[in-house]
Amino acid sequence: MQDLKEWRETLQRHRRVDRPVITVGMSTCGQAAGGDRVIAALEEVRARLGLQVDIRQTSCIGMCYAEPIVEITLPGKPRVFYGDVTPERVPGLIEKHLVQGEPVSEWALIQVPGEAAPYEGIPVITQSTYYGRQVRVVTSRLGLTDPESLEEYVATGGYEALEKVLGQMTPEQVIEEIKISGLRGRGGAGFPTGMKWSFTRQAPGDKKYVVCNADEGDPGAFMDRSVLEGDPFSVIEGMTIAAYAIGADEGYIYCRAEYPLAIKRLKMAIAAAEEKGLLGRNILGTSFNFDLHIKAGAGAFVCGEETALLASIEGKRGMPRVRPPFPAQQGLWGKPTNINNVETYANVPFIIKNDGQWFASMGTEKSKGTKVFCLTGKVKKTGLIEVPMGITLREIIFDIAGGIQDDRQFKAVQIGGPSGGCLPEDRLDLPVDYDSLNRAGAIMGSGGMVVMDENTCMVDVARFFLDFTQTESCGKCTPCREGTKRMLEILTRICEGKGKMEDLDTLETLARVVKNTALCGLGQTCPNPILSTLQYFRHEYEAHIKDKRCPAHSCQALLIFTIDAEKCTGCGACTRACPAGAISGEKKQPHQIDPALCIKCGSCMEKCKYGAISRL
Amino acid sequence: MMDSGSKNDANIKAKALAEVLKRYAGTKGALIPLLQEAQEIYGYLPREVMREIAMELKIPFSRVYGVATFYTQFHLKPRGRNIIRICQGTACHVRGGARLLEAISTALGIGKNETTADGRFTLETVACLGSCGLAPVMMINEETYGRLTPEKVPAILEKY
Repeated sequence: MQDLKEWRETLQRHRRVDRPVITVGMSTCGQAAGGDRVIAALEEVRARLGLQVDIRQTSCIGMCYAEPIVEITLPGKPRVFYGDVTPERVPGLIEKHLVQGEPVSEWALIQVPGEAAPYEGIPVITQSTYYGRQVRVVTSRLGLTDPESLEEYVATGGYEALEKVLGQMTPEQVIEEIKISGLRGRGGAGFPTGMKWSFTRQAPGDKKYVVCNADEGDPGAFMDRSVLEGDPFSVIEGMTIAAYAIGADEGYIYCRAEYPLAIKRLKMAIAAAEEKGLLGRNILGTSFNFDLHIKAGAGAFVCGEETALLASIEGKRGMPRVRPPFPAQQGLWGKPTNINNVETYANVPFIIKNDGQWFASMGTEKSKGTKVFCLTGKVKKTGLIEVPMGITLREIIFDIAGGIQDDRQFKAVQIGGPSGGCLPEDRLDLPVDYDSLNRAGAIMGSGGMVVMDENTCMVDVARFFLDFTQTESCGKCTPCREGTKRMLEILTRICEGKGKMEDLDTLETLARVVKNTALCGLGQTCPNPILSTLQYFRHEYEAHIKDKRCPAHSCQALLIFTIDAEKCTGCGACTRACPAGAISGEKKQPHQIDPALCIKCGSCMEKCKYGAISRL
Repeated sequence: MMDSGSKNDANIKAKALAEVLKRYAGTKGALIPLLQEAQEIYGYLPREVMREIAMELKIPFSRVYGVATFYTQFHLKPRGRNIIRICQGTACHVRGGARLLEAISTALGIGKNETTADGRFTLETVACLGSCGLAPVMMINEETYGRLTPEKVPAILEKY
């Protein structure tokens, strides 16, 4: 343990930057936005000018809207982050910032001054509109350190918590500290973590397991991916502490196969921790042993449900089973098992290091600490944010994310994925905590937040989620297997303009039955998107049924394309674009669309240079 | 020539499979990782391979088949050299993921879960790739592409 302390001090001394460093955000999103082309351009310029500069890679700092993001830091100066960096911008950026020493303020997003004097004209991170209201705990290393380096993790306070736990705390004290913190499960249901741990600790048995649920399947959610890619060691340290607290010597991380980079970084991190005696036998010279394995999921959303996940680790079909017995009593291979998700474990080292009171001082009475959200859909600034519990939806969407794209009208925010609900404008001042969201008909879920504007049809959104849950239903219990199918049929019918008013009652009854009778969380929560849209957007359902209109102009079957004779010049571009031969007219005369032939693809509208075609 | 080449290829694959089976011998819960690695080798899960795995693990073939058909990751038919996976997640849906699918489907002349005649591409959809901030997105093999429009598609396909 003394060795670890000395190692950390050495690492911290050597962390000072003595030559310029350029860092590129290379998580999945950074790569998708073209980060590798930016690196190639940087290397080319470095070679051409013969510059003494390190080019490094980091994870996602959270500003997805501005990827690819490049950080440039000169020795003793603030770290400056540039957004939307293209290979074409690279030479100019290097010339000005690196060679002349003048940061390009118009391209800079934020700066992190550290101990240096801030540059003028660039927002300091803590005062920027995007980060000013955020409190970064779990995401504190994201985009700022090298996620593949154990050295950087330790230098930035990593493994201080494990040191404290193994050096001075009994397992009971660790559990007590987690209870004091008020931490609740970040995977969706919000069960108190400390209580879960004590159940598993008290369960009889010599062999116990800890499992990390990294099967982040909610469409619209990437918190866990970002944390695993950006700070894998924090999850590993959190799991190690949990293993000590409950008396386990073996653990599994169940990560979905769609996250190859997360799996790769976890493997590297586990190997590095093993090598330094932070995993495996006699951790930090004590008698505590803990082996950690990775299991890659094989593509089944239901495996996010804990009993299905355990079945999958055992090599079976991932189907849930009746609880009780809960995994805390009978989990993996029948042994007591503690399951938490990625964000929950990642919080643990911070709680232990700072203490439970510190964590409990953030958030609301019943929802403590911070929560990571993925802000996506039609907002100006999409990205990954971490905010204290209790912040309002309005603050998140309008202050942090800058409001709606193209300044359109806000319509709804979908929270909690397929298990969550859609909340309308008059719920925007709702504080974000487990209980308020539940009462409003949504759930915290894992933290996906998809913002929708006037062009999104709420019936179509409900249909979209049902289509998803219907496909992913494992088929074990009848309410979910049959119920999702029937509900999807009704929703599809309504979207096609073939719905009847009594369908709405049937839909609501079915939704309540499935909610009350399905076997697992997937089935019990899948009606939420329907119930919440029926509650808040019933008029849209009625418009589809009674008027055969889609108010958002989104449901294809209900669209009508027409040509404005005043604006049409008879150029014929639309006639050529129409794949169905539905448009006719004399040259230089106004054209017409035959509604019987029109397949409503919208190709004509895209081709018309005169804005003569409209969609009703 | 061709014949001995393909025989050679089959031998290499069989050898690789035997090694994987040896590596997992005695491991608890080995079925899924075994199927994953077998699919890595063969590109899909041929029936004989599933049989061999069942024999090796001493479990009924029906259980192997049950698991292989339960998870979307496993494929029982040969697939193309390049796998296109278009994200159909919420954020992509809201930002035009369906139009992207349509554009690629038209460009390649194949539908969902189909393979082009020359075996160059297989077109699949996926529930969410977790790059929602850059929606709509797709993956070709291990590469992720974001902020896509139908217009950007041909140039990307060109690379494969």
